Amino acid sequence: MKQIADFTIVGREQLGEQYFTLTLQHPDKLGPIAAGQFVEVEVRNCREVMLRRPISIHDVDESKNRLTLLIQIVGKGTRKLSELEVGASLNLIFPLGHGFAVAGERPLLVGGGAGIAPLFHLAKCYKAKGVEPTILLGGRTKALIPVRDAFVEYGRVHYATEDGSLGEQGLVTQHSAFAGEYDHICTCGPTPMMKAVGRYAMEKGMDCEVSLENMMACGIGACLCCVCDTDEGHKCVCKEGPVFDVRKLTKWLEASK
Amino acid sequence: MAKLETKIHNIVLKNPVMTASGTFGYGEEFADFMDLSCLGGIIVKGTTGERRQGNPYPRMAETPAGMLNAVGLQNVGVETFCKAVYPRIKDIDTNILVNVSGSSIEEYCYVAEQVDALDNIPGIELNISCPNVKKGGMGFGTDPAMAAQVVKEVRKVYHKTLIVKLTPNVTSIVDIAKAVEQAGADSVSLINTLLGMAIDVERQRPYLSTITGGLSGPCVKPVAVRMVWQVAHAVQIPVVGLGGISCAADALEFLMAGAKAVQVGTANFLDPAVTVKIVDGLQDYCQRHGINDINEIIGII
Repeated sequence: MKQIADFTIVGREQLGEQYFTLTLQHPDKLGPIAAGQFVEVEVRNCREVMLRRPISIHDVDESKNRLTLLIQIVGKGTRKLSELEVGASLNLIFPLGHGFAVAGERPLLVGGGAGIAPLFHLAKCYKAKGVEPTILLGGRTKALIPVRDAFVEYGRVHYATEDGSLGEQGLVTQHSAFAGEYDHICTCGPTPMMKAVGRYAMEKGMDCEVSLENMMACGIGACLCCVCDTDEGHKCVCKEGPVFDVRKLTKWLEASK
Repeated sequence: MAKLETKIHNIVLKNPVMTASGTFGYGEEFADFMDLSCLGGIIVKGTTGERRQGNPYPRMAETPAGMLNAVGLQNVGVETFCKAVYPRIKDIDTNILVNVSGSSIEEYCYVAEQVDALDNIPGIELNISCPNVKKGGMGFGTDPAMAAQVVKEVRKVYHKTLIVKLTPNVTSIVDIAKAVEQAGADSVSLINTLLGMAIDVERQRPYLSTITGGLSGPCVKPVAVRMVWQVAHAVQIPVVGLGGISCAADALEFLMAGAKAVQVGTANFLDPAVTVKIVDGLQDYCQRHGINDINEIIGII
């Protein structure tokens, strides 16, 4: 069941210039949250921002009723959120959308930039099922892969950077671990990366889930603003997604942008 | 407790707060956050003769104290609405009204006729004001003669309460309101979105795939209040006010300007339980001001 609640910020960590995490304490009971689901965050006291901002759930601590958001500063809304300090309150609508299936015996998780965010909770969910995923994280440089070491506990971690500052040099799809034997791929990150991963999975006939990010207003399937042109017509990324089976996205995969 | 009940033609509303079409889905999307039976009414999303996909993404842009949308009437079509959606929502304890949209007079009439057969839908809102479709839509709502013609034809096939939703994108909204009143409308609702546009200067292109779209949110409220006030003084039929309402004080502005009921739109996106707060706020206002019946303040300006 979706809820709206005032959380308290109990932790904040700056991860390089562009990224930060906020750990949020729910006032009561968090309830179940699937990997890949997201929240709609209210941005207060910002003249230019009216709408909430959709943010992936990075980590969940059910025992403490806490969740962590990994946020990239991309505009005025996320800039304002980056100024919040421990002790401040934050209003969230959550959990939203349709998450990952947590399927397969030999899964590969491919993340780029801020797209790494939901893969952390996902890796933990796999681990809880007794499955050790291969985790491939990419970015232009090491600094743009905001979370690294924390993943090691939950899977075999590999890195790809375009400048070679961490792991193998090149794109995630060029990494030696990418072409391994997997039965399921989950990906979240820049659209060109997700399309390349999705096309590869389609060629190989592999199960693949992609987590899309579109501009949203409501986050609950009411405004119909965030649609993706799927093979079954326009679907709300907020409600029918953000995670989609790539087989339903052949039109999206083929589109140049 | 003050009496909040109002009336739009034959429809009795337990309070004047309704939700605006296209901002509240079919109501179900909000059931986790609020008790839908607290509402005076729900206007479900714009429904056309056939299923529509709407306009390509991107179809939303945030603007100062508002947003532009160019959804373009994406909906399941009236047949699926009647067969699949209506059975799910028909027993919600509030007035469920259907926003009837189309590209031709025939389509408006077809949709209205289908909805007329649904027992638990006491009225329709005829949308002659959507700015985001190429054919029809706002085209019918910007010319008094055209507007009157659509209403006249729909009136022949629709027998319950007929509310006509007006566009603000005209020189004189009063002329349109008078024309649809004369043609048989039972009520008018206003305003639909204001035609607007925003440009991403870094990318040097419009934010919306359609270039222009409909502006809504707090930024349009003063325009909407002005138009409601003008129309309420010019017609005999009840006026439903909407445009940028996000709190009880906003709703009260519209009521005082002459609206018998209001609709809350964009604010539902920011707080999915905002309508309940507005209803509570109206009750609170009445108590603070010693008002026994909300109708005492309707049209006092």
